[in-house]
Amino acid sequence: MAITLTAEKNTLQIKDLHASVEGKDVLKGVNLTLRSGEVHALMGPNGSGKSTLSAIVMGHPKYAVEKGDILFNGESILSWTPEKRALAGLFLAFQYPAEVPGVSVANFLRTAYNQLQPKERQLPVFKFASLLDEKMKELLIPSHFAERYLNDGFSGGEKKRCEILQMAILKPKIALMDETDSGLDVDALRIVAEGTNRLVQQTGLGVLLVTHYPRILQYVKPHFVHLFVNGRIVKTGGMELAEEVERTGYGQLEAAPTPASNAPAEKATKKTKAKQPA
Amino acid sequence: MENIQLKKKLSGEYQYGFHDDVQNVYQTEKGLDENVVRQISKIKKEPEWMLQRRLDALKLFQSKPMPKWGADLSHIDFDDIIYYASATKKAFETWDDVPEKMKQTFDRLGIPEAEQKFLAGVGAQYDSEVIYHKIREDLERQGVVFLDMDSGLREHEELVKKYFGTVIPSSDNKFAALNTAVWSGGSFLYVPKGVHVEVPLQAYFRINTKNMGQFERTLIIAEPGSSVHYQEGCSAPVYTTDALHSAVVEIIALEGSRVQYTTIQNWSNDVYNLVTKRAKAYKDATVFWLDGNIGSKVTMKYPAVLLMEPGARGEVVSVALAGKGQHQDAGAKIFHLASDTSSLITNKSISHDGGRTTYRGKVYVSPTATNVKSNVECDALILDEKSASDTVPYMEIQSDDVSISHEASVSKLDSEKLFYLQSRGLSEEKAKQLLVQGFIEPFVKQLPMEYAVELNRLVDLEMEGSVG
Repeated sequence: MAITLTAEKNTLQIKDLHASVEGKDVLKGVNLTLRSGEVHALMGPNGSGKSTLSAIVMGHPKYAVEKGDILFNGESILSWTPEKRALAGLFLAFQYPAEVPGVSVANFLRTAYNQLQPKERQLPVFKFASLLDEKMKELLIPSHFAERYLNDGFSGGEKKRCEILQMAILKPKIALMDETDSGLDVDALRIVAEGTNRLVQQTGLGVLLVTHYPRILQYVKPHFVHLFVNGRIVKTGGMELAEEVERTGYGQLEAAPTPASNAPAEKATKKTKAKQPA
Repeated sequence: MENIQLKKKLSGEYQYGFHDDVQNVYQTEKGLDENVVRQISKIKKEPEWMLQRRLDALKLFQSKPMPKWGADLSHIDFDDIIYYASATKKAFETWDDVPEKMKQTFDRLGIPEAEQKFLAGVGAQYDSEVIYHKIREDLERQGVVFLDMDSGLREHEELVKKYFGTVIPSSDNKFAALNTAVWSGGSFLYVPKGVHVEVPLQAYFRINTKNMGQFERTLIIAEPGSSVHYQEGCSAPVYTTDALHSAVVEIIALEGSRVQYTTIQNWSNDVYNLVTKRAKAYKDATVFWLDGNIGSKVTMKYPAVLLMEPGARGEVVSVALAGKGQHQDAGAKIFHLASDTSSLITNKSISHDGGRTTYRGKVYVSPTATNVKSNVECDALILDEKSASDTVPYMEIQSDDVSISHEASVSKLDSEKLFYLQSRGLSEEKAKQLLVQGFIEPFVKQLPMEYAVELNRLVDLEMEGSVG
């Protein structure tokens, strides 16, 4: 058994994680360590559970963790609310961000930003507006965007860009990017990728890039590539793994043998159950 | 200061629930009979015709049964109510003339500050008598009259006699009859032909006497081609026994005029708020009711517009928030009595912590009215399992040439939205507040800035501690 001797700064560890939704097993023993400044790509076919993994790390109340643990800087976060995880520095870029009519992007982001800051660093309306303006320029987002209602009537590409904008403003330590590349044209993809790279380089952001297609990996270079099939990681490597997926698809990989370290656990025992929705 | 108020609010104390030790100069005995009505009229030195109106209305009040179709009113004890109390004999000209005790009350309500910044005039009603009334001088020069209703009757008797009770006759309903019998205070607003009042006129109403019913009577007359926006905000101290507020508001919008009437009702949670509000809109006139119901124990209020002549338009945009022990039974009524008329009803209601909201609305189109357009949209948001919402829309369409749309939705708080906001670091409570703010945004964005800020703050405070 590995013992964490010293908590590495801004490190996310997923240990033998088993989870279910409505009685159905969705994660079947996931192991992953993600450090500050690292980019991990998590690739897998549709329905493999890779999006579920990022939702569970963020604390989605729909899922029940049956076994295993998630540690941030050595501390288990399983009992934490989503907001506590966010305050600690986790961020989930949603594949399908919720629409919140009536709440402007600017109002929402200022609320969220100030929530994450100590009192003396909270920004009043005008100061926040200039910060927002600066970040929107970096992502080539037109300024009227700030006054639109959050994700309400946004195109797919606008929603994704809005997620990256939020990430740029909230400056998390670890970002889980759930299929951020899907539905983006090449130009938008490049903007999103550049925005992500900037944060990795400037703030030491650690990224778990959940994706179906290898395309985005041309723009955001991963240090590790994990193949995720049927609720667990079946293979880990570098870019060559992504290239293999590009050539052969997921079909062959799904039949690949399970690595010993991820040996399936016996009948999962209930350990922690996430808070159920109200 | 802020913190103390917040703490009080969090501990369930009503923010404006302080009670001043002001001695009432005149006060009638509990209960209602002919003597009480005569006494009120005598104190006010009213003309004989008004006394007669009051007495006729009293008979109607006594003969009409309690309405049974709406909220539960069975706990109202008409014999346990003081129908008239006045803390002062006259209205004050300037703020300096107002007694210190009352001033403190208004200071706590923030009225003088508000006046400096936003208001053209303030009519602050302290129990029955309006104690402070001022209107900006340039409006006076334009001939705009903004008085308490008693002064309005004294100084503009002919206008009052011409219009009083023409929009809402005392026979209309039990509470309109009650109001007509015992009315006191309220606002009288007259806007001459072609005059546009650019800034909102505002009145605050306040109940201070225990078991005091408040029966203000407001009459707004907009002459042809004029426009005005009238606002009222309400608060009452907390008492353990139930207080009754039963106002009547009549608006006459003559040809080509525009009248907006904005209310944010924040009575404390022991008040029965049973109000009749109705407007007549003549040729090409527009009447816009903007109605927010946050407080009270029971509210029954359905602002109405009678579209009398072609080109008239009526809009009722309302929001209701019902928490523990509250029932907000509110909506709108539009009567299309002429061709080429249009109307819009938008209702947003939120129930939480065991509260109940009802949307009750009516759209009527007369057989002779053609080219009529009406849009009704009511959305209810229910925040928890303990709370409830009903929608009771009536449509009576007797003409073929109409375009009517009705949309209703009832939604629960979306757990995906909640998770999305929480994942950005917002607490569950903050996330709910934001979702509710977003839900009522179509209402809030139509409010003047200071009302919008105040409403959002009130809603946030009402919502605080509701997560559990």
